[in-house]
Amino acid sequence: MTTETANSDPAKSKPKDNSIKPPSAFRRYGSQFGIIGVGLAMWLVFVVAAPAVFTDIDIYVAFAQTTPQFGLIALALTFVVITGEIDLSFPSIMALGTAAFALTTYHGGMPWYVGLSVAFATGGLCGLLNGFLVAKLNIPSLVITIGTSFLYRGLELVLMNGTGVPLTRADYPVMHAIFRDPVFGFPVQTLWMIGIGIIMWLLLNRTRFGAHVFLVGDNPTSARLMGINTVSVKVRAFVLVGLVAVVSGLLTSFYGYYFWPTTGEGFLLNTIASVFLGGTSVFGGTGSMVGTFVASYIIGAINAGVVSAGINAFYTQLCFGLVIVISVVLQTIIERRVRGQSATGR
Amino acid sequence: MIKTENTAGSSPVIELKNVTKTFGEVRSLSDVDFVVRPGEIVGLLGDNGAGKSTLVKTVMGFHRPDPGGEIYFHGERIHDWSVARARGLGIETVYQERALCEKQPIWRNMFMGRELRGKFGLLDVKRMRSEAARLMKEHMGFTSSAVHPDNVVATMSGGEKQGVAITRALYFEAQLVILDEPTMGLSLTETKKTLEFVGNIKKAGKSAIFIDHNIFHVYPVVDRLYVLDRGKVAGVYSKDEITMDELIERLYHVARSGKME
Repeated sequence: MTTETANSDPAKSKPKDNSIKPPSAFRRYGSQFGIIGVGLAMWLVFVVAAPAVFTDIDIYVAFAQTTPQFGLIALALTFVVITGEIDLSFPSIMALGTAAFALTTYHGGMPWYVGLSVAFATGGLCGLLNGFLVAKLNIPSLVITIGTSFLYRGLELVLMNGTGVPLTRADYPVMHAIFRDPVFGFPVQTLWMIGIGIIMWLLLNRTRFGAHVFLVGDNPTSARLMGINTVSVKVRAFVLVGLVAVVSGLLTSFYGYYFWPTTGEGFLLNTIASVFLGGTSVFGGTGSMVGTFVASYIIGAINAGVVSAGINAFYTQLCFGLVIVISVVLQTIIERRVRGQSATGR
Repeated sequence: MIKTENTAGSSPVIELKNVTKTFGEVRSLSDVDFVVRPGEIVGLLGDNGAGKSTLVKTVMGFHRPDPGGEIYFHGERIHDWSVARARGLGIETVYQERALCEKQPIWRNMFMGRELRGKFGLLDVKRMRSEAARLMKEHMGFTSSAVHPDNVVATMSGGEKQGVAITRALYFEAQLVILDEPTMGLSLTETKKTLEFVGNIKKAGKSAIFIDHNIFHVYPVVDRLYVLDRGKVAGVYSKDEITMDELIERLYHVARSGKME
């Protein structure tokens, strides 16, 4: 028995012709299976720990409403991270974009659609400036988006004079219908997440832009040698984050019926954690929409779940930390195995 | 598409006139005139730093020549020269550094920058996969049906990677193929295969620029030779004008004195 397998194995792994083996589904989608597995495991733990809470629909409605507020940006941020960059200014863009909406509608008395257009234009411009500074002037994104983050936040605080704006149903009936009210009882926030998620998936996997995002993040020199405009690819990724940050700002503000000048604060780490937990490589070149999508809900569930499970809220961060560190370590090991390296590196 | 028959013998596929390229203080090319005619294999020889790679990257549109330099494609002056433009006109390059994205599957590398599109302008991933599988079988010698275009390039050997780079250049039916040190780091059989490939370009009536350190690789396959030295064209020879021994002699001379004669 043993000798037989020993004989047949090398024959299998070294075919006579110089063909290469097709990668298994596990190798190709390993990190995506991984993240879905983590999600399911965590959900089971919660169900066992607090069956009363987790068999009730309310908890699911709650995080279907709140998770997309940062999850949406995580989807767009995945593009930027795949190109090998990062954007830390999106919480400020959320605020500045929503401020632009509030200024044109509440203070300026313009209709909601004008407000929306101005808000998206603002978010797009913020992304454009980020992209220009990072891609065209070649400034490390980690540094410059901290700078623009202060810039956008500062601009917003000055424009709003530090005050908020109430966003009542009476003043904004259409906006509430779009961004706040459930659709046939289903939380509209998660509908947005699904809709934008599908668009983002298509954008990443079925357009030239998406293909170039992978190539630029993997090896920018090769991409340029093959005629890809790496500057334009990165700029477009940053603009995408800017635009989606506005959607997120509006969702968040209408959810609370009020636009706070501090909108977006506390979103930074949740969002970035969702991207990395979803299996997007810190080094650029790989990442997936499915991963980020599922990871966002995992991050959202930890928040809601830990408290509902009757565990002291002080444990939330510990739980966050464990899930993120363990997942990222596992992903790194899987990735190295796929590339045939030893688990500890070279 | 410009027909090769009409232009054969008349206008060169590509012509560089008076091309200078400086990077800051460093002058990589100075006043270079360079011509490739239809159906011609042109060899490019020169020491490290002679400007070979800069020259081909200028031909390819990756570098822009300094003001005053002119680029002609089939006799027509082209001002907005870029990689995308050059590839659009049928110039493909197999780069020394291979220009692959190693974390990506083979099919993404094969169609890099020229992705196939189908309905609604969306990528035709299915076709790119099947085309990549076909090309690997037909041109790269992966004969088994187990060949898989989803394999990540990083898992392949040096020769296989070079196979991807060469097949990519071949697929787009280039009029002019540039090979920048294609045999570097390859095994003997892989080198032989690559040289055969260069010969096939000529048989197909297409042009090529072939760069290699190894004169024994270059001399047998080319029609004409450019010798570069310190950014200048030190000499141009038709193969019938010079034997391999004479050429070696002169190359040594150039390396010592910077002059051809």
